[in-house]
Amino acid sequence: MLIRGGRVLDQAGERRLDVLLDGGRIAAVGTDFDADDLDVEDPDADVKVLDAGGCVVSPGFVDLHAHLREPGREDAETIETGCRAAVLGGYTAVVAMPNTEPAQDERGVVEFVRRQGERAGLCEVLPAGCITIGRAGETLAPFFELVAAGVRIFTDDGNGVQDPLLMRRAMEYSLGLDMVLAQHCEVARLTHGAVMHEGRCCSELGLPGWPALAEELMVHRDLELARLTGASLHLLHLSTVGSVDLVRRAKSDGVAVTAEAAPHHFCLTDEQLRGYDAVFKVNPPLRTGDDVAAIKTGLADGTIDAIATDHAPHTSADKERPIDEAPPGMLGLETALGVALAELELPLVDIIGLLSWKPAAIAGVADRHGTNVEPGNPANLVVFDPAATWSVRPGMLASRSRNTPYVGRQLRGKVRHTIFQGVPVVVDSTVLSGANGRIRSFAEDRT
Amino acid sequence: MKHLRSIEEIGTDGVLRLLDLTDTMVEVNRRPNPRVPALRGKTVCNLFFEDSTRTRLSFETAAKRLSADVMTFTVGTSSVNKGESLRDTIETVAAMGVDAFVVRHGSSGVPWQVSRWTTASIVNGGDGWHGHPTQALLDAYTVRTALGRTGGLDGLRVAIVGDIRHSRVARSNVEVFTALGADVTLVAPATLLPPAPPAPTTADLDEVIEKVDVLYLLRMQQERMQEALVPSLREYSARFGLTAQRAHRLPEHALVMHPGPMNRGVEILVDPAELPGAVITQQVTNGVAVRMAVLFELLGAGRDVPTESTP
Repeated sequence: MLIRGGRVLDQAGERRLDVLLDGGRIAAVGTDFDADDLDVEDPDADVKVLDAGGCVVSPGFVDLHAHLREPGREDAETIETGCRAAVLGGYTAVVAMPNTEPAQDERGVVEFVRRQGERAGLCEVLPAGCITIGRAGETLAPFFELVAAGVRIFTDDGNGVQDPLLMRRAMEYSLGLDMVLAQHCEVARLTHGAVMHEGRCCSELGLPGWPALAEELMVHRDLELARLTGASLHLLHLSTVGSVDLVRRAKSDGVAVTAEAAPHHFCLTDEQLRGYDAVFKVNPPLRTGDDVAAIKTGLADGTIDAIATDHAPHTSADKERPIDEAPPGMLGLETALGVALAELELPLVDIIGLLSWKPAAIAGVADRHGTNVEPGNPANLVVFDPAATWSVRPGMLASRSRNTPYVGRQLRGKVRHTIFQGVPVVVDSTVLSGANGRIRSFAEDRT
Repeated sequence: MKHLRSIEEIGTDGVLRLLDLTDTMVEVNRRPNPRVPALRGKTVCNLFFEDSTRTRLSFETAAKRLSADVMTFTVGTSSVNKGESLRDTIETVAAMGVDAFVVRHGSSGVPWQVSRWTTASIVNGGDGWHGHPTQALLDAYTVRTALGRTGGLDGLRVAIVGDIRHSRVARSNVEVFTALGADVTLVAPATLLPPAPPAPTTADLDEVIEKVDVLYLLRMQQERMQEALVPSLREYSARFGLTAQRAHRLPEHALVMHPGPMNRGVEILVDPAELPGAVITQQVTNGVAVRMAVLFELLGAGRDVPTESTP
């Protein structure tokens, strides 16, 4: 298969190249291929030539933070519908958060999630593991067993690990294992009942506030624990000025920390809550314009390593409950690129890095995702039009849920094609159903 | 005016229009037969997800005096949690033909949610910590009549004392008094203030008590003690209660108000009957007239209030 007429953009820079794929890998790059003369033996390829005119061809995106809801809440999302959303957003790998029911705290659940991802066959699903059993913050999950099952990222996301001694033990015990501890930073005693950011807006709306301090205290605690123990730490969905400052300082001191930010935290503010629409309720909450600016600065100066969606599907019934009872979270997989290109004033290559090779390194998949568009590398690619503007209609989304906060908003940058393991899974912004069952198992790859 | 979900959405003009209309309704209520056919054929549904007998009775009385049909639906929030969703409840009741919903709910913002699911007018009968606009209107009306004012309340000094943070009454009253030109001061410890208070604050009641025209006491709830917001009710009374000593220091003309129900011995330690400035009963009386004005404003387009009692 040939990807023709695009601008290749990766860590090696930008060049005009056609890309020839074969056997799941990039066979050749050049400018003088003639499609009619192609002698590519690929019986699965229904599509021989993908037009990339006006588009960027780059390594596929890697999402460090998606809630795919399966097992447990298949009414909100399944791994298959989540993967459809992911590939429409240009992702070729997605980390599946472990707050499923049951939680991903043992080998069986982790393997189930991975297998469901393979069955969907659209992108690679990387199950995260829990830090503590049942995410209850009491007993450490079996890190060694889960690492052996291919887990790299460990988190109790949705909950922060409250007990500082337990978090210290988790960090110490993680040493020597190929893993990273990913913290949801929230001191729960300071956010009891909180619906939105604590500030002027929550005061006017009569809603309990979630103070920035509750995030920053745990960011500070865990940075210091990481400094003390030498463990690898990743901080999930940073949302405040103070958090960005703390991480910047720790990085300059050489602490082994990485951090991510979600698109909604560099795009939307707490003012969105004024209509009491729970679609805008998210954890950590939408904050102020100053916080949005700080997140953007952090993304620009390397303090924040990755854009991660925190894709969190919820049914309309759940989101229509009174706002203090409605669950937090918003969709993100299909809109992340469009929000990033619309909101961030960064060179395109930097934005792609934040979506692709930088998170690939954190997720431990840099051998197969985020790799340069060069012969011999795995063909996990995205082709997107960086200038296309579009606006979101909830009904057009592939996710089973509808809780997107971007309805009616103009986004910039639209995924045209996504190629996973050399197979086009999205062509002309449409998911190809034929991909099911044709994707090789990564379990086989690892052995 | 389509809805009354907050004071903010009707603005100063809306407040003044409703207060003037309340004068008419007070006149109706003084008649031997205080009933007019102004809203005949209209249906008002009181949807109370939180128990509040006095507000519910006040709205029912107001609707009946305007000859509207009244449905009252009282549900404990917990039973709704177990069964029908809020949206299904609204759509079901709306399907019976409702012109206005009076919504009372323990969660802030529910009136805005409800207004997305029905074309009926929405009156906020109290939502969470957020707002209680008819209470604020009846308070403003009570002040205006007790002090013999017409129009706004320019320069009036109002102190609201107590649990501002959790008080829907405080939020709406700050809006209404500020809209009418009054100077509002909030008197509370910082534990009982919202993170960004909507008016100047002090934690010293004794500093302001000699300089107020209106002293507005809020209900202090027992459960706040468990959250360590104040050390004890006794301590609260000593610091923020209207004691006899403090009552003596009030200016002679000052009004003392309370939204009810009162915790005697906590926020008020004197018998209100012995306070010359207490207008707590007038607040309740005016509540019916204000709610009549609100319902008539929302539903009475093209109609008028007959100037004489109808047989």
